[in-house]
Amino acid sequence: MTSTALRSRAWKLLEMVTTPLLPSDYLDLVSPLRAGADLRGRIEAVRPETADAATVVIRPGRGWRGHTAGQYVRIGVDVDGVRLWRAYSLTSPTDRRDGRVTITVKAIPDGKVSNHLVRRATPGTLIHLDQATGDFVLPRARPAKVLYLTAGSGITPVMGMLRDSGLDDVVLVHSAPRPQDVIFRDELHRMVADGKLRLTEVHSDTDGMLDVTRLEELVPDWAERETWACGPAGLLDAAEKHWSEHGVPERLHTERFRPGVVVAGDGGEVTFSVTGRTADAGGATPLLDVGEQAGVLMPSGCRMGICFGCLTPLKAGAVRDLRTGEITEAEPGVLIQTCVSAAAGPCDIER
Amino acid sequence: MTAIDPTAHLTAEQIEELGRELDAIRDEVIAGRGEKDAAYIRKVISAQRKLELVSRGVLLFSIFPPAWLIGTAGLSVAKIMDNMEIGHNILHGQWDWMRDPKIHSTTWEWDHVSPAEQWKHSHNELHHTYTNVIGKDNDLGYGIMRVDEDQKWHPFHLGQPLWNFLNACFFEYGIAAYDLELGKNLSSERRRKNPEFRERARAVGRKIRKQVLKDYVIHPLLSGPSFLTTLGATFTANLVRNIWSHSVIMCGHFPEGVQVFERRSIKGETRGQWYLRQMMGSANISGSKAMHFMTGNLSHQIEHHLFPDLPSNRYAEVAVKVRALFEKYELEYVSGPLPKQVLSAWSKVFRLSLPNRKSEARTPEREPELLAA
Ligand code: FES
Repeated sequence: MTSTALRSRAWKLLEMVTTPLLPSDYLDLVSPLRAGADLRGRIEAVRPETADAATVVIRPGRGWRGHTAGQYVRIGVDVDGVRLWRAYSLTSPTDRRDGRVTITVKAIPDGKVSNHLVRRATPGTLIHLDQATGDFVLPRARPAKVLYLTAGSGITPVMGMLRDSGLDDVVLVHSAPRPQDVIFRDELHRMVADGKLRLTEVHSDTDGMLDVTRLEELVPDWAERETWACGPAGLLDAAEKHWSEHGVPERLHTERFRPGVVVAGDGGEVTFSVTGRTADAGGATPLLDVGEQAGVLMPSGCRMGICFGCLTPLKAGAVRDLRTGEITEAEPGVLIQTCVSAAAGPCDIER
Repeated sequence: MTAIDPTAHLTAEQIEELGRELDAIRDEVIAGRGEKDAAYIRKVISAQRKLELVSRGVLLFSIFPPAWLIGTAGLSVAKIMDNMEIGHNILHGQWDWMRDPKIHSTTWEWDHVSPAEQWKHSHNELHHTYTNVIGKDNDLGYGIMRVDEDQKWHPFHLGQPLWNFLNACFFEYGIAAYDLELGKNLSSERRRKNPEFRERARAVGRKIRKQVLKDYVIHPLLSGPSFLTTLGATFTANLVRNIWSHSVIMCGHFPEGVQVFERRSIKGETRGQWYLRQMMGSANISGSKAMHFMTGNLSHQIEHHLFPDLPSNRYAEVAVKVRALFEKYELEYVSGPLPKQVLSAWSKVFRLSLPNRKSEARTPEREPELLAA
């Protein structure tokens, strides 16, 4: 018998010992970061960067496969007892000797996770991780001339790249409201002093918003540079237009942080993505009824919110709890009780 | 279905107002759910796992009597925690709001022979929706007992004290059979062959096999020379757990003073009326914090039936407000210490094993003047 077969036999036996739990449920008690466990990380430090941004140092579990500069990681954090998942760019260089990684988070107004991480997270806390992902990265064959165009926390994926690769000719145009709002300012200026980087800071409070047409003047050879841009949608839209108009769209690589923000309304079109049906739903009609009327086979039970027999994944959009008025937005893994939830805008129910 | 309806003094508007007041209590807890609650359930789960591990470890040496005693006691408590404060409540969806896929009603499995999925249907859906409605809520007597004067007597009921005792000893199997609606489904050839029933029966079979293998084969074998004593210990722990949960559950709906309802009484029931039925159909157990914990907070059965999806650690604070509403609306809050409630439930089991005697018609629970008002 091969050793893998032997190991799987031993594991089966162990499962018989621990049923109905799994051996990992017990192992998690003592070693949550071990190889083979669900991927987690431990927060080891939270360092303020600006008044509303902080760098979180994370020791990832043994299953972490590393990252490429510019990629992001999804992390699951318990905020007020509720697990919420968000994506953040990795800002640490890939060859950090101690194996730690960092993300740098800017607290956005009403941002549950970002405010929690910047202001309340404490060392020692376990968080959940996905593997790093994203293609906002430098190609293997390093371009000769690079331009980074960033605004606000858009600097974070670029910082990962700056720290990682010693490119010869790099220009960074970064915009933030005021000098003190520039995340990593000291380190950026050190890089400038060391001749590793040319930097243009735009302070939008005094200089006005960064206008991409000003690039001609700030970086005259911008069109020859391979460009990575990250920041608010307005900036990226303008950049895409600008690069296209000058016939060099392939030189521009962009990273968008928040793909569509959900605006909770009253009723909307409901898509049942498994059966491919759609229906218009009012803001007061339970989604269970909406589905049944559209001929979708919906799980149900008490039809009054007590049995949890109607739980169904919410894939996109938002729903409103008809009892409390509470809004639930779609996130991976979020299940809703269709008998007491109504559409709060267009949504997608996995049925 | 007592001779006198103890809610007759309430007007329709009062009942709806009562419903709104209960909704407000619920909303308040939901708005305040947070980190502390999450920490609570995680702590309980981790304590249960450690206790089970240590107890099983000690039982490896159960050939020594002190080890047997300690291990058996520990394992009994661990099994009770698993079933009551953890399993029952997670399967109700009380902790779904945490969005932790590991502590979720859709993924949890418990140390019990009834698969979580089937139990959720018979318990959450049927019992909690149709609480104490004769003919709809099978929890009333579990289909083997007569628990109300208005139910028809049959000579079979003569044996019900014995059935009830056996059910207590092998409660988890009783529950599994009950979730399968075994009596009904075995009654005819057509039902026996129903593919859906067969699939569910197979699922129960698989669960039983795993559970029995673990408790009565694998762990005793691991104990080597302590094989027999470990076997005895696990059997005892299961017995203790079964009798304990059976007793707690009997206290929830059987003691004197609890109402049952007719099928037609729930037609077109409003939210307020539904709440009222839960209030009148449940009974509490009074006692210490430890008692509430070991019953999985089902000692707050009334609160649990009003709000089955609120986290169990909140029932104690909710109870204070609920009790005030009982007083305000002049309703009887049935509650008492465990021995008293168990005795009350058992005496009902004995009494109703015999046909009704006319002279034993219940005495009105409300003063005549009040009724006239
Ligand atoms: S059907 Fe029971 S909770 Fe929705």
